[in-house]
Amino acid sequence: MYKDNVVKLELKSIGENVAIARMTLGSFLMMYDVSLSELDEIKIALSEAVSNSIIHGYGNHEDGVVRIIFAVQNDELTICVEDDGVGISNIEQAMEPAFSTKMEHMGLGFVFMQTFMDKLMVESEIGVGTRVTMQKALLNQEASEPQAM
Amino acid sequence: MLQLRTDDDTLVVSVVGDLDMVVAKEFRETVDSYLFNHQWIKHLMVDLSGVNFMDSSGLGVILGRYKLMRNRGGQMALCGVNDGVYRVLELSGVKKLMVILRTAEEKAQ
Ligand SMILES: Nc1ncnc2c1ncn2[C@@H]1O[C@H](COP(=O)(O)OP(=O)(O)OP(=O)(O)O)[C@@H](O)[C@H]1O
Ligand SMILES: [Mg+2]
Repeated sequence: MYKDNVVKLELKSIGENVAIARMTLGSFLMMYDVSLSELDEIKIALSEAVSNSIIHGYGNHEDGVVRIIFAVQNDELTICVEDDGVGISNIEQAMEPAFSTKMEHMGLGFVFMQTFMDKLMVESEIGVGTRVTMQKALLNQEASEPQAM
Repeated sequence: MLQLRTDDDTLVVSVVGDLDMVVAKEFRETVDSYLFNHQWIKHLMVDLSGVNFMDSSGLGVILGRYKLMRNRGGQMALCGVNDGVYRVLELSGVKKLMVILRTAEEKAQ
């Protein structure tokens, strides 16, 4: 069993803070047995959620706040990313591969979150904000079957 | 960080750092204005050997430049691609659109 832990972060909605969120995640996961490629994938999932809050939630306005929680409990990692932005009108449609409301965006953020984590939950209310919760089991890397990809 | 140089009618852009929304924006602005001011450039080569991390913002800017070069009648290629970056290029389907040289293959040559 791993030691449980919780870290909460509050970031101003500027792009530079996405790297700070990733670095903090890297430090947070240091005490757990996570392979380098797995760490890369979890960092992508986080990067997608935080970028979405800044780009879509706050429309690239720099006066918003993004709240992040990293937690490990019972050998399961939970990452929660929350904004007080515009919200998502149709969550199901937003999560479809290749769906995007912005130019030069491929609509892959939710696809990556889904691919790289075990569970993904999106809650959103128009004009209130969006909360993305992602989970991934941390143990039994050798015992689990290889990922079909 | 970005470095630009030209080799005949090819613009070579070297990227150093995480290719996330910040570097993607810098890439788009810098490369697009360079291409606009140097209309004779036909092809784009992006050297990613200094990139250890890329997310969908990076993919978006690469795909956008691919379309731009195609509209100019030119081509685009990526080199110095490490395993992690290759994986997202593969998952996104961007891999099929352009020549991609991976770090290991280049080392083997
Ligand atoms: N935090 C958020 N607040 C408001 N809208 C959001 C948020 N996150 C996602 N969305 C909406 O969901 C859509 C899909 O998100 P997703 O991350 O999958 O793709 P994208 O951000 O448009 O493109 P990419 O991630 O490939 O750059 C976005 O275009 C946006 O309309
Ligand atoms: Mg996104």
